[in-house]
Amino acid sequence: MALLTLSGIRVRYGSVEVLHGIDMHVEEGEIVTILGANGAGKSTTLLAVSGLVRPFEGDIRLDGESLLRLKPHQVVGLGVSQSPEGRRVFGSLSVLENLDLGAFLVKDGPKRSKTLEWIFSLFPRLAERKGQLAGTLSGGEQQMLAIGRALMAQPRLLLLDEPSLGLAPLLVRSIFETIRTINASGVTVLLVEQNASAALKLATRGYVLEVGNMVMEAPAKDLLADPAIREAYLGG
Amino acid sequence: MEQFFQQLLNGLAVGGIYALVALGYTMVYGVLKLINFAHGDLFTIGAYLGLTLLISCNIAGMLPPAAAVLAVFVMVGCLVAILGVILERAAYRPLRDAGRLSAVVSALGASIFFQNAIMLIYGARYYVYPDFLRPNFTVHLLGVAVPGVRLLVIGTSVGLMLLLWAFIHRTRIGAAVRAVAIDPDAARLMGINVDAVISLVFLVGPALGGVAGLMVGIYYGQVDFTMGWMYGLKAFTAAILGGIGNIPGAMLGGMLLGLLESLSAAYVAMAWKDAIAFLVLILILIARPTGILGERTAEKL
Repeated sequence: MALLTLSGIRVRYGSVEVLHGIDMHVEEGEIVTILGANGAGKSTTLLAVSGLVRPFEGDIRLDGESLLRLKPHQVVGLGVSQSPEGRRVFGSLSVLENLDLGAFLVKDGPKRSKTLEWIFSLFPRLAERKGQLAGTLSGGEQQMLAIGRALMAQPRLLLLDEPSLGLAPLLVRSIFETIRTINASGVTVLLVEQNASAALKLATRGYVLEVGNMVMEAPAKDLLADPAIREAYLGG
Repeated sequence: MEQFFQQLLNGLAVGGIYALVALGYTMVYGVLKLINFAHGDLFTIGAYLGLTLLISCNIAGMLPPAAAVLAVFVMVGCLVAILGVILERAAYRPLRDAGRLSAVVSALGASIFFQNAIMLIYGARYYVYPDFLRPNFTVHLLGVAVPGVRLLVIGTSVGLMLLLWAFIHRTRIGAAVRAVAIDPDAARLMGINVDAVISLVFLVGPALGGVAGLMVGIYYGQVDFTMGWMYGLKAFTAAILGGIGNIPGAMLGGMLLGLLESLSAAYVAMAWKDAIAFLVLILILIARPTGILGERTAEKL
């Protein structure tokens, strides 16, 4: 059984339908990426999984159990955490407080400190700045914090929304390397990215979303080689 | 000099009460971006409940005065807290997705409801707090005789504020409250139950407000069903003065407003104290539209 299954998801904001019946699945241990232009509905798809937007049709299942009736915090409790678009770190809280909130549902203190150590080993910069207010971090550091914070929940499935947005190329490479390390430690990753070539090099499979429709699904290396995809998302 | 010192302490006592009430406004505003106009009436209810418990339920007759007052403090805090949670469930939660204006109208309605309920239950007259409950010792501070009740009011409000500060800044649940105030959806993604945090805020804020009402009853010795209006307005002003949504700001704003009032009453004229307090509010808001401790740094995108 797939870890995560979306079947026929339709979402609207007000009277505008933005997802017209999305089908996709993520298997345990995979890195799956969703490609698509701005406004294609990539972020909406992730928000629907987390329960922050409600589909009016279709179903989202984790291990075969529907998530649709659950509140967002209950979805986190089942092991699905998200690093949202725009990072959304709590600016007037310290780095450490942000990370600790990521583990809000982890009641076991020693377990929390262990995860924290692991995150500091992934992102040594966060350890250096742990007492600093999150709002004073650079964009790259905030991104690290957003990912680290999502990992503090010790998720089985990590949803990453545009982790490379606005970052310098060197930093993008290091963030993607870290995502690979996170995945190797046993966390399944669903990645939404505009930087298609970097995402496809990392991913096992990819989906292509176009104005609310899933138009393609293929192994990442096939998408990388596909002329139409190269044309549309990889700059020729 | 002695007069100045007395007025200073009086200002701190009144300011402490404003600050306790202001905390309720500012915490609710922080998590819901809503002005809870019924908060001033919860304050009045605290004052009346104290009276009922002390006289009609005869707690004053069963316990020595100090123990009676302490027991009534705890009971009033708990009862008004429960009322606060019911208020949120009944008047605000159903309107959560209906836009902010609807919630404001609902808040005004709840305020009118509470005020009239108190009037119907107790009648539209002044009530006098029993005299023997008022601590009537005096303390000699720097050669000045200070009424003990004044020091007790200051001590209680400062103590409660320190407790609240420690809760918000030193516990994980407190951090969750701050997170919800900054970005509720991001807080949800952390696994925080935002509805539970909102209920918590409607538990703590009204408890502090109710206790403040009780303190006014004991300090001034009389209560009436409209007292929540003026105290609510002053406390709301204090919250704005300090920076609405900011917890230390509400504490600072309350203390400052209390000091301003008592000093201008003493040195300018009694009748001018409100005018001067509001004039200072206007001047501060012209210089700092977000209040003294209001959000200064724009968050990085």
